[in-house]
Amino acid sequence: MGEAYSLDVNGVTRDVHDAAPTASLLQVLRERLGLLGTQGACEEGECGSCSVLIDEAVVCSCLVLASCAVGKRIITIEGLTESAVAEDIQKAYVAAGAVQCGFCTPGLVVATHALLDTASDPSEPDIREALSGNICRCTGYGRIVDAVQRVALERRATTKAAKKP
Amino acid sequence: MSATADANPLGTVPETPRVGAVGLGQSVPRPDAAAKVRGEFEFSSDLSVDDSLFGATLRSPHPHAEIASIDVSAAAAIDGVAAVITADDVPGSSTYGLITADQPVFAATKVTYTGQPVAAVAASSREVAHRALDAIVVTYVEREPVLNPEDVVAAAERATEKNDQGRGHHRHLHDDDRARGGDVFRHLRLVHGDEAASGSIEVEGTYEIGTQDQAFLGLEAAVAMPSGDGGVELRTATQWLHEDRRQIAACLDLDESRVHIELGGVGGAFGGREDISLQIHVCLLALACGQPVRMHYHRGESFLGHVHRHPATIWMRHHATDRGELVKVEARLVFDGGAFASTSEAVLGNAVTHAVGPYVCPHAVVDGWVVRTNRPPCGAMRGFGVVQVAFAHESQMDKLAEAIGLDPVELRLRNALTTGKPLATGQLLDSVAPVRECLEAVRDLPMPITPVNGARDPRELPGGTGLTTAGAHVSRGVGYGVSIKNLMYSEGADDYSTARVAVADGVATVYVAAAEVGQGFVTLAHQIAASALGVADVRVAAADTDVGSAGSTSASRQTWMSGAAVNAACEAVREQMIADIAQRCAVPIGRLRIEQGVVYDADRRIGDVAECTAGQSYDHTCQYRHRPTTGLDERGQGNCQTAWAFAAHRAVVDVDPDLGLVKVVQVATGQDVGRALNPLAVIGQIEGGVAQGLGLAVMEELVDVGGRIKNPTFTDYLLPTAMDVPPVAVVLIEQREPLSPLGAKGVGEPPTISSTPAIVAAIRDALRRAGREQPLTRVPVRPEHIVGAGADGAGVDRHNDTGPAGKRR
Repeated sequence: MGEAYSLDVNGVTRDVHDAAPTASLLQVLRERLGLLGTQGACEEGECGSCSVLIDEAVVCSCLVLASCAVGKRIITIEGLTESAVAEDIQKAYVAAGAVQCGFCTPGLVVATHALLDTASDPSEPDIREALSGNICRCTGYGRIVDAVQRVALERRATTKAAKKP
Repeated sequence: MSATADANPLGTVPETPRVGAVGLGQSVPRPDAAAKVRGEFEFSSDLSVDDSLFGATLRSPHPHAEIASIDVSAAAAIDGVAAVITADDVPGSSTYGLITADQPVFAATKVTYTGQPVAAVAASSREVAHRALDAIVVTYVEREPVLNPEDVVAAAERATEKNDQGRGHHRHLHDDDRARGGDVFRHLRLVHGDEAASGSIEVEGTYEIGTQDQAFLGLEAAVAMPSGDGGVELRTATQWLHEDRRQIAACLDLDESRVHIELGGVGGAFGGREDISLQIHVCLLALACGQPVRMHYHRGESFLGHVHRHPATIWMRHHATDRGELVKVEARLVFDGGAFASTSEAVLGNAVTHAVGPYVCPHAVVDGWVVRTNRPPCGAMRGFGVVQVAFAHESQMDKLAEAIGLDPVELRLRNALTTGKPLATGQLLDSVAPVRECLEAVRDLPMPITPVNGARDPRELPGGTGLTTAGAHVSRGVGYGVSIKNLMYSEGADDYSTARVAVADGVATVYVAAAEVGQGFVTLAHQIAASALGVADVRVAAADTDVGSAGSTSASRQTWMSGAAVNAACEAVREQMIADIAQRCAVPIGRLRIEQGVVYDADRRIGDVAECTAGQSYDHTCQYRHRPTTGLDERGQGNCQTAWAFAAHRAVVDVDPDLGLVKVVQVATGQDVGRALNPLAVIGQIEGGVAQGLGLAVMEELVDVGGRIKNPTFTDYLLPTAMDVPPVAVVLIEQREPLSPLGAKGVGEPPTISSTPAIVAAIRDALRRAGREQPLTRVPVRPEHIVGAGADGAGVDRHNDTGPAGKRR
């Protein structure tokens, strides 16, 4: 029952062999491609721990058939780490005390990256709404919101400084 | 403060962590946080071993049935299936359990809860394993399930009357029942002071608490490998490595030395990993196949595969003087323990001994029961029996305040416990006890300033993005709650922790089996070692069973217990190291200092630690025990606990009384923490605990009908999201606890306890202000309770078979 196809994951074309046609992108990422950073806490699209970017949009990889992701640009937490594009987000999460068990953390970093890519000055309701698809059972979200606010503030300050004549 | 202080005027962080800060009292960042944010941290579900098989479990579809036959032949014949095991394949003890070993590894002749394991398979892949499960043929003969705990209590009471001539008893009945595998896990009666006392003011009520699930995100997962000598290596996420080892060894008929456990990364626990779930199964499969086996539960299975918080019905009657001084508390507690004993005895013990709450009260009569039904087993969840009684006692205090015409905060202040006062067990409260300070802290915090009505961001209204609330009728309410919670174990349990610290070449390594489940003990271990030893390079080894037991990560005990053990081992190492260096360098001991890896003779730098200790290594193991506790006598009196922590909560909620929707706007808390060894980590634990208290108040319930859970999914078991949990304003009340070696109290449980009743009190207040009073005697509060759809609005629950609300004496 092998299907062979290729997925563009973190900028690299990866061949997938012998995956069931019903395999989710989450299953293929973890079990065929060895990318274990993306987690699966519910596998029904409720918790967001499986969040990845597909063509720059945040999706639950547990709800995407891997075979339907062919031809799209998939970015996982590993890709964000490698490219350092979310490094300030990652550092802010650490500094703000926003990480406890860490199971929700990769999904939150992905969702935060997507939010701050489109909104440079999100209000607290904006932040909470954007992250409402990511369940955290440990932190109560207070330090997470703080981390996101810190990054947004620093990025605005950096942009402002860069704009000075 | 947070970055945008004006957007969040009640920002909670008292200090910004300084990178590089090392000492106790500093908000040192977690040592594992970098790996976690990069997606590089290895959780137990990330573990894999070459040539491992995949294990899966067959579970009972019935709450109560006899097993007429089990036929595994078709399953075993499937290509790729390496083993199919049942009760016949358990070489040692056929049952296990934390206190009483009453839970079968696999059901043999009958099943007594939906989800009970009946068999397990190991196969070449998850798909083949599930096909094998489907091919196992089990013939069940269904029996009527016992679902109403009141029926079990009534039967026990009738039996008592017949056998016992009315003598008061508790464990007596329980011990007989336990021996017979009877249906009462524990009956505990407490009488403090004069049983016949009464007060001029009396209020009573019956309260119900629904079943809450820990819902940790990291699903149950493990890898087991035969270790070649007949033993087994297990890597899994758990709360208590050594207790798992004890039970696994007993069931596998192995000496404990043959079972080696290493902790895999844990994705949260909250009590749900204290009991065995897949550990014995995966080890059995690995030994049966002679190969590594992985197991990994899916979410639906996880809901069935671990214990839940006990649902309960609690009747209370409070007696007071007309000045509001408590005279007597009467209570009757009925906890549904589900199918097996787990830690029900201890949960009930906590509930009974904490039923009065954080108040001075000269007389109390508490009758507590925890019984067996055909529901999935209940056991530990953060708060451990006290969550349930706190909802009752705080609801009662508000009722009392109203009956007397006193402000609810004033009533609580009037009765607040202080150090030196007796508890309902007769034990003197000798912990630091800043109950008054906690309550005054939340009373005095400014109220949220956002407008109740008028133009508001719709996401901040009840119903949120559903845009269901028009906003015009939203009513805001305020409620308070205060709680007491014991720290560590009780009733004579031998509670200790072990730590080993070794220093060589300027590197300190800490070996401690305290399970890091996200709460931050691993950070604390670093901090303690760095500050006690002065060594700059500190490593905390992966927790395993090579070092002695650290006890469980539960009961808010690890900071106190394992913190003390690590500290003691560090002190032993330091003493030896300093003596060595003093001799080597001919410096008086009194002038030597070690800081950040450098050795100083007063202000003169001598050299780094590695140089000054070249060729020497140091290695000490220490055990720490708290002072002994005793059991309870036939009146429930005894010095059964060792320390207590207090917290107060104030909740502000907005309610749409027509739609029954709630928005928790703010929770403020003052918590008695002793000493905040890592303030940011403490705040994280408090905010997380408040979120779980909020969940129980308004969102979370495992619904069962006929003993079958209807919502074992995240779609239908509602967990608070970032839009549900409001900003939490935290005031840390730091009065060092003299009994605690580092001055700190555990902080994990108090936030989950009085947050729930504070939120419900706030909803009641909002409804009162809208002229729409509802008693709200059940949690989680549902829209229909707010709107008043039940006969008395108390929550006669159409969704659950919990039966009629309580029985009164």
